Amino acid sequence: MARYIFQRIGYMAVTLLIIITITFFLMQLLPGTPFNNPEKLTDQQLELLNEKYGLDRPLIFQYFTYVGNLLKGDLGTSFQFSGRSVTEIIFERIGPSALIGGQAVFFGAIVGFFLGIISALRHNTIFDYGSVTIAVLGMSIPSFVFGALLQYYIGVKWGILPAALWKSYEYSILPSIALSVMVIATVARFIRSEMLEVLGQDYVVTARAKGISEFVVITFHVVRNALIPVITVLGPLAVSIMTGTLVIEKIFAVPGLGEQFTLSILVNDYSVILGITLFYSALFILIVFVVDILYGIIDPRISLGGGKRDAA
Amino acid sequence: MGETILSVKDLHVSFQTYNGIVKAVRGVSFDLKEGETLAIVGESGSGKSVTAKAVMQLLPKETTRVEKGSILYQDEDLLTFHRKEMQKVRGREISMVFQDPMTSLNPTMKIGKQIMEGLRKHHQLSKKEAYDRAKELLELVGISNADARMKAYPHQFSGGMRQRVVIAMALACHPRVLIADEPTTALDVTIQAQILDLMKEIQEKTNTSIIIITHDLGVVANMADRVAVMYAGEIVETGTLEEMFYEPRHPYTWGLLQSMPQLHQNRDIPLMPIPGSPPDVSSLHDGCPFAPRCPYVMSVCHSHLPDYTQISETHTVTCWLEDHRAPEVERPYRPDSGYRGKSTTVGG
Repeated sequence: MARYIFQRIGYMAVTLLIIITITFFLMQLLPGTPFNNPEKLTDQQLELLNEKYGLDRPLIFQYFTYVGNLLKGDLGTSFQFSGRSVTEIIFERIGPSALIGGQAVFFGAIVGFFLGIISALRHNTIFDYGSVTIAVLGMSIPSFVFGALLQYYIGVKWGILPAALWKSYEYSILPSIALSVMVIATVARFIRSEMLEVLGQDYVVTARAKGISEFVVITFHVVRNALIPVITVLGPLAVSIMTGTLVIEKIFAVPGLGEQFTLSILVNDYSVILGITLFYSALFILIVFVVDILYGIIDPRISLGGGKRDAA
Repeated sequence: MGETILSVKDLHVSFQTYNGIVKAVRGVSFDLKEGETLAIVGESGSGKSVTAKAVMQLLPKETTRVEKGSILYQDEDLLTFHRKEMQKVRGREISMVFQDPMTSLNPTMKIGKQIMEGLRKHHQLSKKEAYDRAKELLELVGISNADARMKAYPHQFSGGMRQRVVIAMALACHPRVLIADEPTTALDVTIQAQILDLMKEIQEKTNTSIIIITHDLGVVANMADRVAVMYAGEIVETGTLEEMFYEPRHPYTWGLLQSMPQLHQNRDIPLMPIPGSPPDVSSLHDGCPFAPRCPYVMSVCHSHLPDYTQISETHTVTCWLEDHRAPEVERPYRPDSGYRGKSTTVGG
C-alpha cells in the first residue's frame, strides 16, 4: 500500500510537470504582452519592464527559471497587481469560490442522494417520473439560467435574499443554490440507475430471505453498493465546482477564483494564469487519488497497488 | 416422518408483463412433513422457483400477484401475513438457499456480518453471542479456520465455499423448513456431491424439512423422500421416490426418466429426448399443457384438463390415460418391476 501511494505521488508529479510545460508554452501564443497599453510606453520603458520580469531572456531560460522557483514553492508575482504574489491572490480568491461551491456540493449531494433513492424505490411511479424530470432539467438547462431566475424572483421581486455582490454570508446562498442544481441532477441520476441495478441483484433477495427489515436491506445492502460509482463522479465534480465557476461568479459578482482566472487570461497575466492552472490541476489529481483510495475502502474487491491478493 | 409442517393448496401466481398476464403457477398443491425432503422437478420455466419464492413472499410486488390459494405453515396462512409478520417467518421459520452462490452474497459485506444479521434480528443476540454462533455455523458447514474466514469477503471464497456460507446463513436461526432452489446447479460435480451430503447431514442433526428444487434427477435420487413433477405451472405427478422412479404414470415423467443416461444402460440405445419445447405459459389453451408434446395424446387432452387420479395414498397423477374410458397403451414402466424400458400393457 505504501509503495502504491509513493508510486502514485510520483505519477502525480510527472502529470503536473507536463501540464505546466504545455500551459507555459501555449500561453506564449496569446496575443499581446502582460503590460497594459504597451503602445503608450516608450521602447526604453518596455525594455526596462521586460528586463525586470525576465521577459527579455530566451523562452527556454524563462521556463527553467519558473520550474526552478516552483520547486522552491514560489509561484512568482502578478504582472497585473504589482508586488502581489500569485499564492496570495489564489488564497484570497479561493475563499468565496470554495464557500459557494462547497455549499452547492453538500446541499446538492444530499438532495440528489435522497431524490435518487426515492426514485429507485418508487420505480415507475409519479415520484420516479418527477425526479427524473428534475434530473433531466438540471442537466440540460445551464446554471446561469437558474441563476438569473433566482436573482429575479428571490433577489429582486420578493427581496428575500441579496441578488448579487459579496458582503456577508447571505450573499452566498443564491449562487450556491444555482450551482447545486447540476449536482442534484448528476447525483440523483447516478444513484437512481445504480440503485435499480443493485435492487435486481441476487444478494438483495438473499438479504430479504434472511428476514431482516427492509430498512436494513436498503441501507446496508443496496445503498452501500450503489454508492461506489457515485463517488467517482462526485469527486471531480466537487473539484470543478469548488474551484470557482466563471459564469455564476460573474452573474452574482462573487470575487472568486473563476472570475480572477478569466480576468488574468484577458490581460496576459502569465504568472497568475500558470499559478491557477497548476492549482486546479493539483487539486484535481489529488481528488482522483483520494477517490481511488476510497474505492478500496468501500469495495473490498478492489485491491490497490497489485499488493497481496487473497486467492479465491 | 412427522406431521405436516407446510401445506400449499391450489396456489395460482401470475406475472404482469408487457405482453399481458402470464400465469406462471396454476393450481399447485403439496404437503411437506417434518424432517422429509420433497423434490420439485421440472424443466426451466415450469414454475418451480416461482412456487418457492411465493412461499417466502420474495416475488417482486409490483409485477406479481398470488391470484388464489393458500400457503399454510403450521396451520397459519402465510398469504395473510403482513410485511413485519412475514419478516419473522423468513430466515427463522423458513429459509432459502439460492442457485448461484457467486451472486447471492453481498460483495461489500464481510461473511461474518452477513451470517450474524439474521441471528441478531431473530434471536436478539448480542454482537459477541452472534459472532460465536456464526463461527460455529461456519464450522458446521465445513469451513476451516472459521475465525479468520468471518472477516473475509465473498470474493475471497470459491463457489463451493460460498454455497456453504449461504447454507450456513440459511440455517443460522434453526429454520423448520429449508427451501433450496437449485443449490448445486452452478457448482462442479464433485462440489455438488459435497453440498448435497452436507444438506443431508444437517437435516439428520436438526430434523429440518427440505424442499429441493432441481431439474437434475440425479440430485432427486440422492436427496428426496418424495417427488413432485411440475410442468407449465402445474404439478402433473407426485409420489414417493420409489413410485416416481419405478412406477411413474405420467407421460411427461416417463420422458424425463428416459432422457436421463444410466450407468448400466446399453450404450447403443440412444437417449430419448422429449420432442418439442415447454409451452409458453402466456398462451395456454384449455386442455392438458403437455398435450402438444405427448406421444399418447388423445383428442380429449386438447380440450379438457385432466383431474387428479389417486394411484396410491402417496401417488397422484393428472393424466387422461388414468380415465377408465382411455384406450390401452404401451407403458414403458411396469408397476411390478424396477427395470426400466421394458414395455407392458396396462388396461384402461
